[in-house]
Amino acid sequence: MSKRVLMKGNEALAEAAIQAGCIHFFGYPITPQTEVAAYMSKRLPKIGGVYLQAESELAASNMLLGAAASGIRAMTSSSSPGISLKTEAISYMAGSDVPALIVNVQRGGPGLGGIQPSQADYFQATRALGHGDFQVLVFAPATVQEIMDLVYLAFDRAEEYRVPAMILADGMLGQMMEPVVIEKPQTSPHEKPWAASGHQNKRRHNIINSLYLQAEELENRVIERYKRYEIIKEKEQRAEEYLMEDAEIAVVAYGATSRIVKAAVKEAREQGVKAGCIRPITLWPYPTDTIAKYVNQVKCFLSVEMSMGQMVEDVRLAVNGAVPVEFYGRTGGVIPEPGEVLAKIMELGR
Amino acid sequence: MSVVFEKPKALCDVDTHYCPGCTHGIVHRLVAEAIDELGVEGRTVGIASVGCSVMSYNYFECDMIQAPHGRAPAVATGVKRAHPDNVVFTYQGDGDLAAIGTAETVHSATRGENITVIFINNAIYGMTGGQMAPTTLPGQVTQTTPYGRDVSYSGNPIRVCEMLSTLDGVALAQRVAVDSVPHIKEARKAIVKAFKNQIDKKGFSIVEVLSTCPTNWGLSPVEAMQWLRDNMIPYYPLGVYKDIGGKQ
Amino acid sequence: MEKLTINREKCKGCGLCVSVCPKKILRLSEDGFNAKGYRAVEVTDIEKCISCAMCATICPDVVIRVERAER
Repeated sequence: MSKRVLMKGNEALAEAAIQAGCIHFFGYPITPQTEVAAYMSKRLPKIGGVYLQAESELAASNMLLGAAASGIRAMTSSSSPGISLKTEAISYMAGSDVPALIVNVQRGGPGLGGIQPSQADYFQATRALGHGDFQVLVFAPATVQEIMDLVYLAFDRAEEYRVPAMILADGMLGQMMEPVVIEKPQTSPHEKPWAASGHQNKRRHNIINSLYLQAEELENRVIERYKRYEIIKEKEQRAEEYLMEDAEIAVVAYGATSRIVKAAVKEAREQGVKAGCIRPITLWPYPTDTIAKYVNQVKCFLSVEMSMGQMVEDVRLAVNGAVPVEFYGRTGGVIPEPGEVLAKIMELGR
Repeated sequence: MSVVFEKPKALCDVDTHYCPGCTHGIVHRLVAEAIDELGVEGRTVGIASVGCSVMSYNYFECDMIQAPHGRAPAVATGVKRAHPDNVVFTYQGDGDLAAIGTAETVHSATRGENITVIFINNAIYGMTGGQMAPTTLPGQVTQTTPYGRDVSYSGNPIRVCEMLSTLDGVALAQRVAVDSVPHIKEARKAIVKAFKNQIDKKGFSIVEVLSTCPTNWGLSPVEAMQWLRDNMIPYYPLGVYKDIGGKQ
Repeated sequence: MEKLTINREKCKGCGLCVSVCPKKILRLSEDGFNAKGYRAVEVTDIEKCISCAMCATICPDVVIRVERAER
């Protein structure tokens, strides 16, 4: 059974989580993600779930830690300043192999920043969602439909690999309304024999823990996790390629920005410059293989972001010096116009 | 021969890392005795906090989750909301519960979160080597109050049970001590009640246990018990601060 | 069967049991240490033990198991 409805990105995100079997949500209000919480607070009590408004983002993410450690699908959502507070529990979840979903509907920063769309939390999402050696899966939808699809995927992969997962959206996607087809997810929640929800006198106790005082033991735990990360890097890279077959300039953009870039790429082609777009769908693992595939074809890459240049570093790592990597971005909540991006492409195409 | 006293089943048969004479061991045992008495080990989930008791996850036979510093009540809330039939308890020290985790403590209490909180108040940060805690007594010398806690400079201690007893969501707020055999027996009763309240869905129950830290107090275990009696009990009077009894 | 079973190797020699024994029949070993390096508790005169379990109640390390003779 599938139906087509018009939904806001934030609402689609919430509905997707419910469809995926996540009926426990722990949140704290913050613009521009508040519709997620509002939607959950309306729906979850009616279907036997729990919407709980915590006293802080710290508490919300630790409630998520508890719920997820007890073996259920659960999530929290926030926006940039709130995510900074959630990093504490995210690090603990990563360190104790607890899968959970965290949503960041990004706004401008640093500090309290602003409430307009931004992509300035890329470094945080892919490099620094808390202290210690770890990664989380990061998915970057570009349409409201894709928000739904990636929520399903994020829950499934988080459980498969026992790592936290993040949907990295932005205020533009969260607020935008588009038609979506609501379909049931293809996969069901994974078995969780490790969960702490009472041993029912049938097994020894399960311990969810991230403390290892013996350095070698901690190192071994981290190494085991990094072996999983290698499998993830091999199997889970996702990217969309748009007009790349004969492209001479590869414009790399994710999320809402990619929609602007695609318009600019199309216009550039009409003006005689063979541009294409690579849109990372996973930001970690970064689709390095897709980028690397084009280093012998294009004369340069251009990373376009709503930031001062963060993802561009991953593009450079993938390109590894083979061709120049340029950057164009706006920040603070300013959304780049297609014309600005076009001008940059045309400048490089000359 | 009949058995008068033996290790409770819910307590793991392992050596703990606690210092000689540390009363954590007594309180662990009382918690395990309560779990045994109520027959709930199979559905109990314990939340270990940060501090000396962090490794309590190795000492209870029930499922255990180790929480970030101060967040045990939030983690417990997550477990309890996901699995209302679980019996969920936190085991927290004074730094964890009354400093870094004050917001989580107060809000889980006022929500009436149906959990059991075991709060160890030994007036010091033990794990990090004896710094001032939120419950360090006025005048008490610690590593970070080397001239004694001057309340005009370092602020006043927090009386947790008194504070929480003002909140509507609290079913039980009781302060006990483990400095003597009679007090230990009282403590045991309070802990059983705090678990029983949860099973009866009465709401948030906290048992504050006045405890010793011989190592960081610089006293022998026996002297530490006397110091608790002479100094802590007068400032933190024992007793029931709130008990909704049979009321729902 | 002894009324007190002392797990000498678990003992940390804190002496709390010694301080509460009403019959004063417990002491910390004066001739040797357990494997942990502590002077473990020992009984001087088990005949005087009344199985009150005060020692076990205050012991932080569950060192002592207490039994009582059936009447």
